Amino acid sequence: MKLILIILSGSLFGFGLTLSGMLDPSKVQAFLNITQNWDPSLAFVMIGGILTTSIGYYFILKSPSPLYDSNFHIPIIYHIDIKLIGGSVLFGIGWGLGGLCPGPAVAILSYSFFPAIIFMIAMLIGLFIGKRFINF
Amino acid sequence: MLNIDWANFTLLNSLMGGILIGIAATIIFFVNGRIMGISGILGNLITTKKTDQKFWRIIFILGVLIGPLIFILLFKEIKSEMVANTTLLIISGFLVGLGTSLGNGCTSGHGICGLSRFSIRSIVATLVFVISGMITVYLINGNLL
Repeated sequence: MKLILIILSGSLFGFGLTLSGMLDPSKVQAFLNITQNWDPSLAFVMIGGILTTSIGYYFILKSPSPLYDSNFHIPIIYHIDIKLIGGSVLFGIGWGLGGLCPGPAVAILSYSFFPAIIFMIAMLIGLFIGKRFINF
Repeated sequence: MLNIDWANFTLLNSLMGGILIGIAATIIFFVNGRIMGISGILGNLITTKKTDQKFWRIIFILGVLIGPLIFILLFKEIKSEMVANTTLLIISGFLVGLGTSLGNGCTSGHGICGLSRFSIRSIVATLVFVISGMITVYLINGNLL
């Protein structure tokens, strides 16, 4: 049952990304392009996502634990540091240049393998270096 | 002045897509109490050695790959236009990986899940990467040189 729910969640996520337009790098760039022809669509992905998730989290947190784990795994770091800011700056630059973020970069592979796989490999190398050598 | 591209504005599809993403995040939180952040899931997959921690993440990623295929079955095609050549794909992919690993999250983890639980770190991260992305697009649109 647990695995069915997880694969259902992944599929909804992949389908939602596709429907929303996040798999289209030119649309992502059009969202980030506020000084010319601005396409505000992707702001509504965030609005829909945040509305749904905040309501979902609110009700789930009323129970003492999730269904298949003894406790919730909520991040416990609270301070704003240079790693958070610097990392987000670098991510934003990469997102603007390629029009892809991690979720769509995975989803796009299922129907258009090339050249998205190049982005994916470079991204995994970046993740690995960040985790292993800088984030310890 | 702000000039909206009405021809390509897909309010309903994007809103509905966002709601589906929100349902997905809710299911993951309900099932194992974890944040649905894709950079975190991928990062864990390539660095952790614990197989029990890997399994649900692999299943989730499989689902993410199934989603677009269901979309194609229903709607025939996916509109997607690459904007970067090979060199740019390598640079941008590397920056996305390194950046989300240092910043502990991406559009899903910070932008959707973090904002939904009103995390200050996620609000700051999201503002920073959106503004950084906007400046980047501004610069590559002929304002760099």
